[in-house]
Amino acid sequence: MLLLVFGLSFLSFFPSLSLSQHFAPTRTKPHHRISVSLNLKQRKQREEKRRMMMKLDTSGLESFSAAVPSAMAAAEDQLFAPPSFDLPAGCADFDKFQMEAKQTLKHAKGTTTLAFIFNQGVIVAADSRASMGGYISSQSVKKIIEINPYMLGTMAGGAADCQFWHRNLGIKCRLHELANKRRISVTGASKLLANILYSYRGMGLSIGTMIAGWDEKGPGLYYVDSEGGRLKGNRFSVGSGSPYAYGVLDNGYRPDMTVEEAHELARRAIYHATFRDGASGGVVSVYHVGPNGWKKLSGDDVSELHYKYYPVQPTPVEHEMVDAPPA
Amino acid sequence: MARYDRAITVFSPDGHLFQVEYALEAVRKGNAAVGVRGSDTVVLGVEKKSTPKLQDSRTVRKIVSLDTHIALACAGLKADARVLINRARIECQSHRLTVEDPVTVEYITRYIAGLQQKYTQSGGVRPFGLSTLIVGFDPYSEKPALYQTDPSGTFSAWKANATGRNSNSMREFLEKNYKETSGKETIKLAIRALLEVVESGGKNIEIAVMTHKDGLRQLEEAEIDEYVAEIEAEKAAAEAAKKGGGASTSASS
Repeated sequence: MLLLVFGLSFLSFFPSLSLSQHFAPTRTKPHHRISVSLNLKQRKQREEKRRMMMKLDTSGLESFSAAVPSAMAAAEDQLFAPPSFDLPAGCADFDKFQMEAKQTLKHAKGTTTLAFIFNQGVIVAADSRASMGGYISSQSVKKIIEINPYMLGTMAGGAADCQFWHRNLGIKCRLHELANKRRISVTGASKLLANILYSYRGMGLSIGTMIAGWDEKGPGLYYVDSEGGRLKGNRFSVGSGSPYAYGVLDNGYRPDMTVEEAHELARRAIYHATFRDGASGGVVSVYHVGPNGWKKLSGDDVSELHYKYYPVQPTPVEHEMVDAPPA
Repeated sequence: MARYDRAITVFSPDGHLFQVEYALEAVRKGNAAVGVRGSDTVVLGVEKKSTPKLQDSRTVRKIVSLDTHIALACAGLKADARVLINRARIECQSHRLTVEDPVTVEYITRYIAGLQQKYTQSGGVRPFGLSTLIVGFDPYSEKPALYQTDPSGTFSAWKANATGRNSNSMREFLEKNYKETSGKETIKLAIRALLEVVESGGKNIEIAVMTHKDGLRQLEEAEIDEYVAEIEAEKAAAEAAKKGGGASTSASS
C-alpha cells in the first residue's frame, strides 16, 4: 500500500523522468530471443501479465534516489526518509534476534523424569503435566512410553516429537528382531535413536529421553537428546524439575535397594520436584524393568502424596477470639 | 536358448536365469575350497595352485578375515571376490558403529548373499562369479558357524561343505566321514577332504583355523606337512588292518 502511494507521488512530481528508464525491462524492448508465433488469446494474456508487472515493479524507487544526486535529492530526503518509528532492539543483528526468539519458544523441557539402575533392574519414573508457557494444558500425559515389552522410553521436551520418534524406534526394534532372530540390545536401540536425532540436528526437534531396558548384558540405561548426545549411565533425571529430583535421588540412592525401596525413592524424588517446579505435577508414574520385562508399579496423584508425606497437624489455638459482649 | 543369456534380467521360457547358471559354471572352474565346523573350532581350506617362482606368495591370500571373528574363503573369480570382501568388511564395521555390537555370522552372510542377489536383478550388470564359505563365532553365544553363499544369492548353514573344483567328490567324502570333532580332528578332516582332489603334499593346500579365543590363524607349511604325514600314516595303518583282517578271513574260509 505504502509503496503504491510512493509510486504515485513519484509519478506526479517527476513525470518527465521517463517511465521507460525504470520499467524498461518489462516494456516492449527489442527481444533477442526467437519469436514465437502466438495466437490472439496467448498474446492478450502476455500483455496482461506485462501490465500487471509494470504496476507492481517498485525497483525504480531505490535506483531513482541513488541515480539522482544534488539538490533534487535533498528535496526528496524528507519524502523518502526512513520510517520515523524505532525498530525493536536486535533487528540490526538478525542472527542474535533469531536465536533469542528460539530461546523464548524453547519450553526448557517442562517436566520431571528420572531413571536409575540398581541391583534388581531399572526404575523409571515421571510426572504427567504438560504446560504451554504458564498454562497447564494437561495433568494426565503419559510420559513413559512403552517401546516394547522389555524397553521403556521417557518423554521430555516436545510431546509430539517424543511420541513419534519413540514409536518409530519401536518399529525399528521389532524389525531388527525379525531380521536377526534376537532382541536388540538397549545399546543398539539407543544408538539407533541417537543417530536419527543427530541427522535432524538443528531442525528444531526437542527431545530429552532416557532409554531403559533389560537385555542379554543385564539392565541398561542411556540418555539421548535432540542435540545428538548419547550418554550411558546409572542415574539420570531430565527436565525442568530435574535439579530437585537429583537432590532427593542422589541422597537416597544405594545400589543394593529392594524393589520396594527403589520404588519409594523414585516416587519421592518426583514428588519433591513437582512441589517446587511449576512445570511438573499431576500424577507420578513409576515403572520397574526386570529380567522379564517392565511392570508398572504405581501411579499416584502428587497432591494426595503431599498430604500423605506431610499430614495436616491440628495446630493448637493460642488465643481464642471471643465476641465482644453486647453493649 | 541363445536369446535368453544376453541380458541378466531376462528369464528363459523354462524359468532359468542363464547368467546365474553360467556364474555357477565359473565357480565350478575355480579352485577347490572346503569348510568344516567343529564344536569349538572352524577350519577353512583352499587348494593352492603352484606359485610361480617369481611371485610373492604373501600377496595372494585366499582365506581372508572380514572381522576379528569372521573369515571367508571363496571359489570363482578372484577379482569379484575382492570387491565383495571389501563391501563386507565395511558392513562389519558399520554394524559395530550403529548397534555397538560385532556382526553375527548369519548377519554378514545375509548381507553378502543380499549383495549377490542384487546383481542378479539389475540392468547392465552381471552376477558375482563366486561362491563363498563364511566361518566365524557369534559374539555372545560363542557358537561356531559355517555358511555358504552362491551367485544366485541363496545362503544356508552347513556342518561341512565344499565348493569350487571337484566339490561334489569332496562333499561326498565329507558326508561319508563327517562326525562331531574338535580341535585337531577338525583340521585333519578338512585336510583329508582336500587331499581327495588335490595332488598330495602340503605345498598345494592352504589351511586356516579359527577358535573363539585365538581368532584366525593361517597354518604354516611345516604344520600342514605334519598333518598330512599323520593322515598318510593313519591311512596306511587302516589299509594294513583291512588287509590283515581280510587275510585271516580268507585263511579261515
